[in-house]
Amino acid sequence: MNKFSWYQASSVEEALKAVNSTVSESLTAKPGTGAVFKSGGIDVLDLMKEGLLQPEMIVNIREIPGLDSIEDTADGGLKIGANATLAEMMENEKIKQNYQALYQSLNHAATPQLRNMASLGGNLAQRTRCWYFRSIDHQCFRKGGSTCFAKNGMNEFHSILKNGMCSSVHSSSISTALMAFDAKVEITGSKGKQRLVDLDDFFILPGDDPSRENILRSDELIAAVILPKISSDTKSIYKKQGARESYDWALADVAIVADVKSGKCSKATMALGAAAPVPLRIQYAADMLVNEKIDENIAKEVAEAAMERATPLEHNAYKVPLFKALIKRSVLQLA
Amino acid sequence: MKKKKLTLPHGIPGHNLSQIDREVHIDEPPAWPINDKLQHVGKRVKRNDAEAKVTGNAKYTSDMQLPGMLIGRMLRSPYPHAKIRSVNTEKAENYPGVYAIHVFSRAFGMAQPADNDKENQFPEIKYAGQPIAGVAARDAETAEEALKLIEIDYETFPFVVTVEDALKPEAPLVFTTNVEQEDKGGGGGGAKGLKTQGNLRGPNTASFYGGPRGDLEKGFSEADVVLENTYRTQVHTHCPLETHGVVVDWKPDFVTIYASSQNTTSVRNEFAEVFDLPMSKVRVITEYMGGGFGAKHALGNFGVMAGHLSKKSGRPVKLMLDRKEEHISAGNRPNSIHVLKVGAKKDGKLTALQQKSHGTAGVGLGAGVGRIAQAMYECPNFSTEQYDVFTHAGPGAAWRAPGNVQGAFALEQLMDELAEKLDIDPLDLRDVIDKSEIRKVERLRGAEKFDWKRRNKPGSDKGPVKKGIGMAQSHWPRITGINASVEVRAFRDGAVEVRSAVQDIGTGTKTILAQVVAEELGLKPEDITIRIGDTLFPDAPGSGGSQVTGSITPPARNAAYKLKMQLLEQVAEGWELEAEELDVADQKIFAKNDPSKSIAFKEALGNMRTGQLLTSASRSDDYGGFMVGKSISYGELGSVQFAEVTVDTETGYVKVDRIVAVHSCGRPLNITQLESQINGGVIQGISYALYEYRVMDKNTGHQMNANLDMYKVPFAFEVPEIETVLVEEYSARSSTDAFGIGEPANIATAAAVANAVYNATGVRFYEAPITPKRVLEALNNL
Repeated sequence: MNKFSWYQASSVEEALKAVNSTVSESLTAKPGTGAVFKSGGIDVLDLMKEGLLQPEMIVNIREIPGLDSIEDTADGGLKIGANATLAEMMENEKIKQNYQALYQSLNHAATPQLRNMASLGGNLAQRTRCWYFRSIDHQCFRKGGSTCFAKNGMNEFHSILKNGMCSSVHSSSISTALMAFDAKVEITGSKGKQRLVDLDDFFILPGDDPSRENILRSDELIAAVILPKISSDTKSIYKKQGARESYDWALADVAIVADVKSGKCSKATMALGAAAPVPLRIQYAADMLVNEKIDENIAKEVAEAAMERATPLEHNAYKVPLFKALIKRSVLQLA
Repeated sequence: MKKKKLTLPHGIPGHNLSQIDREVHIDEPPAWPINDKLQHVGKRVKRNDAEAKVTGNAKYTSDMQLPGMLIGRMLRSPYPHAKIRSVNTEKAENYPGVYAIHVFSRAFGMAQPADNDKENQFPEIKYAGQPIAGVAARDAETAEEALKLIEIDYETFPFVVTVEDALKPEAPLVFTTNVEQEDKGGGGGGAKGLKTQGNLRGPNTASFYGGPRGDLEKGFSEADVVLENTYRTQVHTHCPLETHGVVVDWKPDFVTIYASSQNTTSVRNEFAEVFDLPMSKVRVITEYMGGGFGAKHALGNFGVMAGHLSKKSGRPVKLMLDRKEEHISAGNRPNSIHVLKVGAKKDGKLTALQQKSHGTAGVGLGAGVGRIAQAMYECPNFSTEQYDVFTHAGPGAAWRAPGNVQGAFALEQLMDELAEKLDIDPLDLRDVIDKSEIRKVERLRGAEKFDWKRRNKPGSDKGPVKKGIGMAQSHWPRITGINASVEVRAFRDGAVEVRSAVQDIGTGTKTILAQVVAEELGLKPEDITIRIGDTLFPDAPGSGGSQVTGSITPPARNAAYKLKMQLLEQVAEGWELEAEELDVADQKIFAKNDPSKSIAFKEALGNMRTGQLLTSASRSDDYGGFMVGKSISYGELGSVQFAEVTVDTETGYVKVDRIVAVHSCGRPLNITQLESQINGGVIQGISYALYEYRVMDKNTGHQMNANLDMYKVPFAFEVPEIETVLVEEYSARSSTDAFGIGEPANIATAAAVANAVYNATGVRFYEAPITPKRVLEALNNL
């Protein structure tokens, strides 16, 4: 790890003044330059230990007052501050009661120790765990190189959808659940300018810009994530399968949020994690549930439809039946 | 040699316990009865270092802080195959905070050409991550910055990282001449004198059990059933909690090395050899050991590097590998492609067993599938051909029962399949083909504990989530190191101390030494001070081959016995008796026939003529002689393990629910510690069956999962209920008649799990680990 200076930010304004680079930009910048944000420090520290990230300065935003609050919104939803830790989110009664898929995704993320440190904002902004991306010896598309090593390499943990250019998968399994809840991301820019974007639009595909995984600019900070109100008929399911049960990334994860009354679905959303370079909404498949009675047949149909565009690589064809199984089981659990 | 006759317990209590007479050396202590008549041995004695460990007071190598100590780091090749044209260290040398730089002129820790190439200034690079140079600096960050300033001009070459590719005719060659690799104190190496052709070395066709036997062709022609399969196992890296590393403190007249090592004696010997020092001027200390599974016997290139850096800087240098270096370069369990063919009669009797294997230990030697097919079952016709295949990857090393875990994965699945083909229960088949009395008892006791009778036909469960059960057996020889010596000292104040170079790898050697000596002296284990893991004390074998307990506890007991007799003579003189008329118990010395004559052990020491008593003993030959040379005892360390699994056939996830592990190791010394060691072996076996594997990128030659994030070791949820059954077995081979358990604990598990997965699904998995990917590929024909 390189030596760096430390800036303790006490307000968003101060933090935005001190920072001059996103982590993504810093990865391709000259070593020993740039100032980047750090909240929980989980991903930043990992990238620094691998020698991938060598900033001049770390801007610590963890102590900024109020950035970790979790509060009700005026319209009955929930606003979660970007500095809220995954552990704090798990303690929130409303998340536990109303946003069960989110709770489940938190419960399956990392370890209790990591969840005590990891922030929501950092979780959304983390970089992929693709082992070529994480290797100092592999200059891939995402780090300014000219190839995707995974494409014809070791790709068993890689993407099966939208994997044309870069076959990494996004690593935030929390986002799978947030996306199924139609979450929005509140971003604060310089001079306090705020913008609110759908989580779907927060993430960007490698084809648009391989060096980034989200739209954040170097003068912006994730302020909060906003969850819309749910109805009394809303059910949400989250399922994840890792290579092991303890502490692992998803081989595949699925979140479905649906309004179901008397076994019949009136509205549904579905998102898949570890399937594509971004958390991926598969709305056309979720829409098949609308006006249907939840049963084995429809569950299978939705699962098949969700995977019909899959383009697996040499070592990850197994993900197709795996996603089908998780989707089918999730749908059935809506009943 | 003056001899005497001893009558010792022999056999299995509850089964066939009897007695046997042995002629032994006159100095040997009297025979111990079986464990239930002993006070400390065979009991659940608490670890004597438990408190130090859980409070953090135990100082491991990685905890060492010496005055003026520098931190060493190594520069490693980013290329898997290259020649180094030049190295320029000038900028690094001038970097503030750098005290010493060393560039290797030869490679350590890998196979070496028989005629060592002395032409080149730098060793050829043969794997990505091979160390080239090292820096000692005031801290790790400075050392790492300095490494970046070392300029190296490489000429790169094509490389090969998989067995299949390495065997192609046009494959780039790892070595161009015959190579050898010395066994560093039990840390691996390969059979000597075998020819290398292309990347292929071998075959190795013999072990200490001999070579091929019988007539294979005849055997197969006599068979009613012939089965042949190819089994594959993965490269398994070394993931101890404490990575490899040393602190070398080079003083002008004496070098002290703190080493995270399984073998203090061999590290000393190797260091003395490499640096041309007398062994008396090198001291190696391993007081606490943060885990080792076979790869920590040698000094290692990091140890050599730290030696050079300390010598050059005149300061202590600590060089611990980081986790990535540990995965890439610190030794691994080679993989295997193992073709096994068996012929059998209808009643199960084996007529022929043919084995052929290829595996890669990267740039090292020692791939193979062990002796288990050769040794475990009765079969008149047998042959084996085991090949090393060189690849441009980090070196293999000994890894908890080298070869045998790979071998058992194949053999025990093949026996499971044979039993099904013959319509015989797998346990009944073993009754026909396995002549081991101890495993027979283990099968009986294990089957009852596990409730084997409930086993259904393969794939019986209706839903997508299926349960299954399976079993497998293991064989391991009783390896004994006779270079095992112990001193016992007693002080006038009553203190008793045991000293030996033997290291406690973490399994509890310190505690069993205290138990054995306390038993002999009539004291309590907590009254005995154990000073081990230091080569200032007498030599001892490495913690490999499961040999430590069987090697070091007999001399410990014998030295304590000598000391006791010296003390008893002094006491007896005062009582006008002979020493033989006295005995010890409950911290007292007393006359056997006169209860009025008694003195506290401590008081007797207070009265002794000198300030201390000092005795020593070395390992005697086995009672009744060795089976092979002076290294392999009669008998074996066999085990039987039973596994129960749940397989989710839709997600491909396999979960082990329960393991019953039935083991024997002669006379058990400490039940709690044995259970701990078996638990560890079982967990590693499960991990081998289901989770861990090294991923090499064939296009760039790098290990892609050289961390604990993507290299999947088991955590809490992956650990099932583990029940152990220990079978006491007395064979009258030494004054303690005890043996180790480390390796046997790890051999059968993966095969038992694989057989249980078959029983659950009706689909046989020939390749480890059995990941969701493999399960889904098999069940969906992908």
